[in-house]
Amino acid sequence: MPVSEQPPPAEPQSATGRVAPASRRGDRGEPPPSRCRRRPRLPRFTAPPPGARVAIVGVLVVVAAVCYLLLFIRGSFQFAFDRRLTTLGTMVVVAFAHAIATVVFQTVTSNRILTPSIMGFDSLYVMMQTAMVFVFGGSALARTDGLPKLVVQTVLMVLFAVLLYRWLFAGRFANLHLLLLVGVVLGLAFESLSSFLQRLLSPTDYDMLSVRLFGRMSNSDGSYLPLAFAVCLVVGAVVWHRRHRLDTLLLGRDTSVGLGVDHKRELTVLLVLVAVLVAFATALAGPMTFFGFLVATLAYQLTGTHEHRHVLPMAFLLGLFTLVAGQFLMQHVFYAAGFLTVIIEFVGGIVFLVLLLRKGTL
Amino acid sequence: MIQFSDLHKAYQGDTVLGPVTGAIEKGGITSIVGPNGAGKSTLLTMMGRLLDPTGGRVTIEGRDVFTTKSREMAQQLSILRQENQFTARLRVRELVAFGRFPHSQGRLTEDDHRHVGEALEFLSLTQLADRYLDQLSGGQRQRAYVAMVLAQDTDYVLLDEPLNNLDMKHSVLMMRQLRRAADELGRTIVLIIHDINFAAAHSDRIMALRDGEIVTTGTIPEIMRDEVLTDVFDTPVSVLEVDGRPVAVYYS
Repeated sequence: MPVSEQPPPAEPQSATGRVAPASRRGDRGEPPPSRCRRRPRLPRFTAPPPGARVAIVGVLVVVAAVCYLLLFIRGSFQFAFDRRLTTLGTMVVVAFAHAIATVVFQTVTSNRILTPSIMGFDSLYVMMQTAMVFVFGGSALARTDGLPKLVVQTVLMVLFAVLLYRWLFAGRFANLHLLLLVGVVLGLAFESLSSFLQRLLSPTDYDMLSVRLFGRMSNSDGSYLPLAFAVCLVVGAVVWHRRHRLDTLLLGRDTSVGLGVDHKRELTVLLVLVAVLVAFATALAGPMTFFGFLVATLAYQLTGTHEHRHVLPMAFLLGLFTLVAGQFLMQHVFYAAGFLTVIIEFVGGIVFLVLLLRKGTL
Repeated sequence: MIQFSDLHKAYQGDTVLGPVTGAIEKGGITSIVGPNGAGKSTLLTMMGRLLDPTGGRVTIEGRDVFTTKSREMAQQLSILRQENQFTARLRVRELVAFGRFPHSQGRLTEDDHRHVGEALEFLSLTQLADRYLDQLSGGQRQRAYVAMVLAQDTDYVLLDEPLNNLDMKHSVLMMRQLRRAADELGRTIVLIIHDINFAAAHSDRIMALRDGEIVTTGTIPEIMRDEVLTDVFDTPVSVLEVDGRPVAVYYS
C-alpha cells in the first residue's frame, strides 16, 4: 500500500499549511516549475494517520467477527453461537500471541525476517507431542488433554527459552546472532528427532498425531480460554508499558543504551514474554510457523510508522482479521474450514521466501 | 570531567587497550587521534559505557558510568557510534526526537519539541526534517545523527568519527557546528578524528593513542610538533606553519 512518504505536491488551492513545502523546495534549489505543468488530476488520496488506520482495521475485525458469529446458522442458535464464540476466543488469543510475540521479537533482535518459530519453538512442540505418542501411544493425546497438560507444555517451552537465553546471555557469548543460530540448530535437531520417532509409529498413532501438528482453531477447548486471556492481558500490559522503550530498541543496542535503556534487561524480559506468548499459543492451537511473520510484515507496511503504540495493535488486529475473515470464508464459502491454517501458512511461507530472496540477508 | 583509571580491555587474552589512566577536562573539544588499531574507539565506547571494560573504571563528574542508572547517565552523557543501522525506516525529525528519550521516556512535551527544533536548526536540517533517512546523502545522515545526540542535551558528547563520509566542505561545516556547540551551548565534546590537521584546527586538546596506550595529551601547540607526531603515528611527519596554523605534512 502506498504510504505517503513525500510531502504531498503543493497544489495551488492548498491551505496555508501546504504552502510551506513548495517554498522549501525552491530553497533546496530544485526546480519547482516542473510540478506546475502536470496534468490536472483527481484530488490526491492522502493516507490516513496511523491511528485512523488501526481504527479502520478494528472496524473490519468487528464486522468480520459479527458475520462469523451470526451468519449462516442452521439448527440450534445457542449451540452454534457458543461453539463459534469459543473459536473466536481462541482466535483472539492466537492472533494476539503470534502478532505481539513476532513484532517484539523482531524489534529486540533488530531484524524483520526471523520469527520466534526459528528459535525452535514449533519444533519443540512437535517433539513433545511426538515423544508423548511414541511413549504412551496415540490415545494418550486425547486422554491427557486438559489444563494441566497445557500449563506443563507452556512451562516446558518457556523453560527451554529462558535456559537458552540465560546460557547465551550470561556467558561469554553475549551475542544475538549466536543465539539465533543455536535456536535454528536446536530446532533442526528437534525436527529430525521428531521425524525419526514418527517413522517408528504405527499408522494409527501417526494419524492421531498428525492432526495435532497443524494449527487448529475450531476444536480447541473453551475451558482454557480464561487462563489464556489472563496471560495475554498480563503480557500485553507489560509490553504496552514498554512501547516507547521498544521504539528505541529499533535503533539498535548501542544507540538505545546511549539513550538510557537498560538493554540487557529489556532484552531478557521481552524475550521471556515472547516465549510465554508463543508457548501458550502453540500449546493451545498447535504450531503456526509463518502466521506471526505474515501479520507482522503486513503491520509494518500498513501502519505507516515505526511506533509500537500503533504497530502492536495493528499487528494484533490484522492477525485477528485474517483468522476470523479466513475462517468465515473457508467455512461458508469454500466449505473447507480445516484448511484455514494451512492456507495462512502457505501464503505466509511464500511471503517469507519472497522477502528473503529480495533482501538477500537476514 | 571524565576520568578513567586502569581502564583495560582484552579480547580472549589479547589486550587492545590499556591499562590506561587519564582524564578529559570539562568544556571545549578534545580530539582523540592515533593510528588504526590504537584503541581509540575502544576507549571512547568504554567512556560512553557501550562496552564493558575488562578492568578499571570510568567516572563522569565523580559518577561511575557503569553503575549509575542508565537513564540518569543518558541525561549527562551522549554517545554516537560510527555505524548506525536502524531496523525501522525513520524520518529525520523522528530520529532527532529519539534524543529526547532520556528526558521524556517517549512522551514528548513542548520542551522536548523545542529541543528537537533547535537541534535540527543547529545542524541546518530544518528543511530536511520530514525526509526519510534513506533519502539523505551520507553527509546529511551524519548530521542527523549528530542532531539526535545534541537534542539529548547532555553536558558530555562523545562522537566516534563524526567526519566519516563527509567531504571537505561538510567536514569543515560539521567541525564548525561542533565548535559552536562547545562554545555556545557549553558542551564538552570528545571526538575521534583521523585527520590530525582537522583535529589541530578545531579542537582545544588532543589525546594521542598508539598500541593501546595513551602516548600524550595536551594542547595543540604541545602536540603539533614533529617529534611528537612522528612518534605517535610511526611515520615521518613534519609540522609546518600555514596561515598561522600548525599543519602536519606526512605524505612523503
